[in-house]
Amino acid sequence: MNWLFVVAGAMAGAPLRYLTDRAVQARHDSVFPWGTFTVNVVGCLVLGVVTAAAPEGVRLGLGTGLCGALTTYSTFSYETLRLAEDGARGLAALNVLGSVAAGLGAAYAGAWLGGAL
Amino acid sequence: MVAAVSLGGGLGAAARYGAGLLWPTPDGAFPWTTFLVNATGCALIGVLLVTIAERGSPHRLLRPFLGTGVLGGYTTFSTYAVDVHRFLADGRTATGLLYLAATPLAALAAVWAASAVTRRLVGGGRR
Repeated sequence: MNWLFVVAGAMAGAPLRYLTDRAVQARHDSVFPWGTFTVNVVGCLVLGVVTAAAPEGVRLGLGTGLCGALTTYSTFSYETLRLAEDGARGLAALNVLGSVAAGLGAAYAGAWLGGAL
Repeated sequence: MVAAVSLGGGLGAAARYGAGLLWPTPDGAFPWTTFLVNATGCALIGVLLVTIAERGSPHRLLRPFLGTGVLGGYTTFSTYAVDVHRFLADGRTATGLLYLAATPLAALAAVWAASAVTRRLVGGGRR
């Protein structure tokens, strides 16, 4: 049963990341990976809420499954590498520091929101 | 395209969940399992995307399925951030800061090294 929650959540989270990334990138004429940045920060916020406030089954489905698949470390690091290789080292560093800081901030905000619920 | 991403995401997340069940990390300890899941996922995406860039994709759904789906579902940014928050909130500041810094360093080292090795193996210059 637990596996079902995780897989069902992830089967929604991964395409949500794909579609969000496409929608965000279509609006920005920038080499900065705003799409991945957006899904990662939103995922950290939601997981913060879920971890603080939700029961086990919901945590597996929405947290481990959906938020886990909505967010990504592999695409984040690959896009950072591409920025650095294409000569945009400043943007690469900004992507790492900005994503980590915003993700952690979102996790704090999510935990606070979840605690207040 | 969306179905390939969804299916891959389900498989990748199942692998991450399975790794967590096989190698659970006790509360308060350094989250080695998530750390290694993220580092290996970053190495694998380097291998995958360099191979596709150099050799071309044998099928147009391969990159969305394996890259966006499986590896995207396997690795996680949210668990990383929420774990760091929990360490800091619980007063385990040293572990939290170590984990905060070590994950992006390992992830970038992994994707860089895997890309460089794969480029040498599959041929020629950059891209």
